Amino acid sequence: MTQSDLITILPLLALVVWACALLLVDLFIPKGRKGWTALLAAAGLALTMGLTLAQAGREASGFGGMLRLDGFSTFLNVLFLGSGLLGVAVAYGYLKRMDLERGEFYSLLLFSITGMMLMAQAADLIVIFLALELLSIPLYVLAAFARPRADSEEAGLKYFLLGAFSTGFVVYGITLVFGATGTTSLAKIVEVLAAGSLGTGSLLLTIGAALILVGFSFKVAAVPFHMWTPDVYQGAPTPVTAFMSVGAKAAGFAALMRIFVMAFPSLSADLTPVLWALAALTMFIGNIIAISQTNIKRMLAYSSIAHAGYILMALVAYGNPAVAADSVASALFYLVAYAVTSFGAWSVVMSLEKPDAKGLEINDFAGLGRRNPLLAAAMTIFMLSFTGMPPTLGLVGKFFLFRTAIEGGFIGLAIIGVLTSLISAYYYLRVVVTMYMREGEPQAEGEYWLTFTTVVTALATVVLQFLPAALFALAAGAVLK
Amino acid sequence: MTFASILEWLIKGFVWVMILLGGFAYLTYYERRALARIQVRIGPNRAGPLGLLQPIADAIKLIFKEELMPARADKLLFFLAPIITLTPALVITAVVPFGPEGLNFPLFGRVITWQIADINVGILYIMSIASIAVYGIVLAGWSSNNKYAMLGGLRSTAQMISYELALGLSFVSVIVLADSTRMIDIVEAQKSMWFMVLQPVGMVIFLIATLAEVNRSPFDMPEAEQELAAGYHSEYGGMKFALLFMAEYDKMIAICIIAATIFFGGYREFWFLQNTWFSVDQTPILGPVYVFIKVFILLFGMIWVRATLPRIRYDRLMAFGWKILLPLSLALVFLTATGILLAQEVNPLFMWGIPVVSLAAGFIAILGMYQTLRRKEHARA
Amino acid sequence: MDLTLILFIILAVTAIATALGLLISRNAVYAALFLVMNFACVAIFYLLLGAPFIAMAQVTVYAGAIMVLFLFVIMLLGAEKLPKGDVLPVQRPLAIGAAVILLAEAVILLVQRFQSTAMLQAPGTVENSMDSLREMSGLLFTEYLLPFEVTSILLLVAMVGAIVLTKQEKGTRG
Repeated sequence: MTQSDLITILPLLALVVWACALLLVDLFIPKGRKGWTALLAAAGLALTMGLTLAQAGREASGFGGMLRLDGFSTFLNVLFLGSGLLGVAVAYGYLKRMDLERGEFYSLLLFSITGMMLMAQAADLIVIFLALELLSIPLYVLAAFARPRADSEEAGLKYFLLGAFSTGFVVYGITLVFGATGTTSLAKIVEVLAAGSLGTGSLLLTIGAALILVGFSFKVAAVPFHMWTPDVYQGAPTPVTAFMSVGAKAAGFAALMRIFVMAFPSLSADLTPVLWALAALTMFIGNIIAISQTNIKRMLAYSSIAHAGYILMALVAYGNPAVAADSVASALFYLVAYAVTSFGAWSVVMSLEKPDAKGLEINDFAGLGRRNPLLAAAMTIFMLSFTGMPPTLGLVGKFFLFRTAIEGGFIGLAIIGVLTSLISAYYYLRVVVTMYMREGEPQAEGEYWLTFTTVVTALATVVLQFLPAALFALAAGAVLK
Repeated sequence: MTFASILEWLIKGFVWVMILLGGFAYLTYYERRALARIQVRIGPNRAGPLGLLQPIADAIKLIFKEELMPARADKLLFFLAPIITLTPALVITAVVPFGPEGLNFPLFGRVITWQIADINVGILYIMSIASIAVYGIVLAGWSSNNKYAMLGGLRSTAQMISYELALGLSFVSVIVLADSTRMIDIVEAQKSMWFMVLQPVGMVIFLIATLAEVNRSPFDMPEAEQELAAGYHSEYGGMKFALLFMAEYDKMIAICIIAATIFFGGYREFWFLQNTWFSVDQTPILGPVYVFIKVFILLFGMIWVRATLPRIRYDRLMAFGWKILLPLSLALVFLTATGILLAQEVNPLFMWGIPVVSLAAGFIAILGMYQTLRRKEHARA
Repeated sequence: MDLTLILFIILAVTAIATALGLLISRNAVYAALFLVMNFACVAIFYLLLGAPFIAMAQVTVYAGAIMVLFLFVIMLLGAEKLPKGDVLPVQRPLAIGAAVILLAEAVILLVQRFQSTAMLQAPGTVENSMDSLREMSGLLFTEYLLPFEVTSILLLVAMVGAIVLTKQEKGTRG
């Protein structure tokens, strides 16, 4: 292992060693004191975050180009680690309250984040596949963590089966790409494509790329590969759902951006229409079905599907070299906006959730405005941000997305985006209306870390919008070269 | 691949299968006589001189017995299972060499070797055939539509998978020691010293694991009479039962041949006969004889074990496989590789570190066995 | 005609037939056995391609270990018979329709783009297996060190996950 290898892998290595150690240490932490495990997990994440930030701005490549350290990976790693920290924060009290406290939760969470970071750094299809598995398998287990609750088991099983199915698409796509180009390294694929002597291989390559797209569409929950999302999001323990909706989605997009922008710009003639249809369908169907949901977790699940559509919209223009940089930057920006907002919304849901999946209907939010103004205000901010209304980060995020789409010449898509955003206002604002206009006596939990998360994310959603330029500059610095 | 080579394989294969079938018949005789001797009885002595015709009488009896098909059995698999069981037992020894290259003779312009197939991944071939040998038993158990039979089949699956790992790892030690996966190379690497000396613990693990693989006592849980009637072959009778029975004994012969080849010098002479007229280098024709002698002794060992040791309880059997044998064999691979590296890089004397440290590891494992298998969790509830 | 070619054709037909058998068979045990046969065919393909180690690994790992565990689970759960008619009525025509569309797309692409002049090159074969074994392990520990290690972590995680999901904690109902 050379020095360059070590630098590239350092944060990952730290986190994975920490996770393994945590697995062992946890054995010696008595039941009922798993707060220590949570604390140690958070410490590991913070340490890794420190290492990642210390390496910010550095560019390196390791293991024969399989792993890269660049602005893109740093940006996403910080996002993953941040959502991991928030995940630990919200999970600690929740697990205790729901009687799910088991130390492996945190180790699995750390392993999943390791997979996500690997995904952000991977520049080789084999590593991307392994990262996909490494991030997914702990999530399958975590989704079923509330076992023997039937809906949690169902969520775990569904997620596992469909996840394995989608991974099959990715692997098959990778083999076809390998068959066409003779390499799995993204950089070398570009070289082979530039040489332009593929012949029939280009057909294999296109099919391979399309299959990879299908596989990752499952991961990011794009229509028509979204079927698992509502059931899994509803059945999984809510902290897992929150983490999944942010982390797994961002990781899926990370892989898509890495593969498509780095390796397959030349295939855009074939893939852009596909992406266009995917994005339009996802925005449309996600938002429409969300209207009819009465359960807040299902509603947020469909909302998460819809947001995958918005982010895909940015990617549609990836093949246009003039817009490619902007499209990655705006997608990253929106991922941050979505992460902050989504985590906040889920934390509010957690505050109201009662054991045995009670307290999760939208009607259960009635009266929250009077009973707990702070929480209701926070939820209002998140709902506005989801809709894309001022004064929130969501507005800025959507602005960048639509701008990218229009710059790329996809005005129709942008119009669909705006229209569906208007549709989404209906169900997002319904939550706000229920909270303020309807009578009810909801009992909110006042756990310290949960409240902390809500407040931090709410503040971030509001404050970050005042420095969009700075954040966008960060995201733009993360663009793939 | 030419027509002549296919013909050669066919003839060799046919001869070898005939030898195995005859060997099976007389192995049953050998076992009954040896068991009887250990139990201070006489054993079969009526049919022919010394009872030597007994196996033939048994065969005639089995052939003429009525065949039964259990109600609602899966007919196709019930029929196929004995065949699937027997096939691996017959083909697994195809890669074993029975004589040195000096014994090869030219015929019709071809060099006929004392080996059916000289493939360069011979030992891996043995491993893969051993790993698919379980199908017949599990299918026999399942297709019989009998709970006892199925439990026997499932037990054998669990048992064989568990012990396969240790078995595979003991192969790895041999591969590393011989620096080849070709069987002839492995035998020739034991010219000066048998691997039994260099890796005694590995040999013991191999023998234990193979006992479990062929479901021999004390690991004959799949057919434990007092619990499962007769286990997976409860429903079988007549010739189908004879096939299952044949598979079991041919597997015994096969593993003894393999053990003789990879740990006991194969067709090489005994160590005290080196550089004499009895060495295979000088008298190649003795190669097959040495293999036979070694197999004969090893088979006696298996019969002896059967006569001596009681059946091990199922949970202990699993605990032993996973908690003792697997870690120990992993450690042995590591020790062997380290020893060879040190011997190559520093001093050839480090080669002797392998058996010494292995024996120490084995001793620790025995202590661990005492701890693991005596714990209260394993006490019967 | 070359014997190898004849062997290949027989095997290819068997491989496809067993794969179809796996899909069509309504008895899970038979489906699993078809898959085993399919694995065996694939192993022989590897042999024909001059990769004996991979072939043996394929048999040992897939046919010998994984599928045995599959069978074990199927038999243990008594899940060998598929209940009939539990699919949604629209599912089958929908699936067939989707498959036809996919096939049509692939054919159209094939017809549009097919250029027989530049077929793919087969990779060179390695003669001696021990060399290829050595070469392969060398590659695993140098060029492919990262995937190799990630795989080990992956297996560890999967194992931890399986234990988390199945182990009953003392004093909880499971």
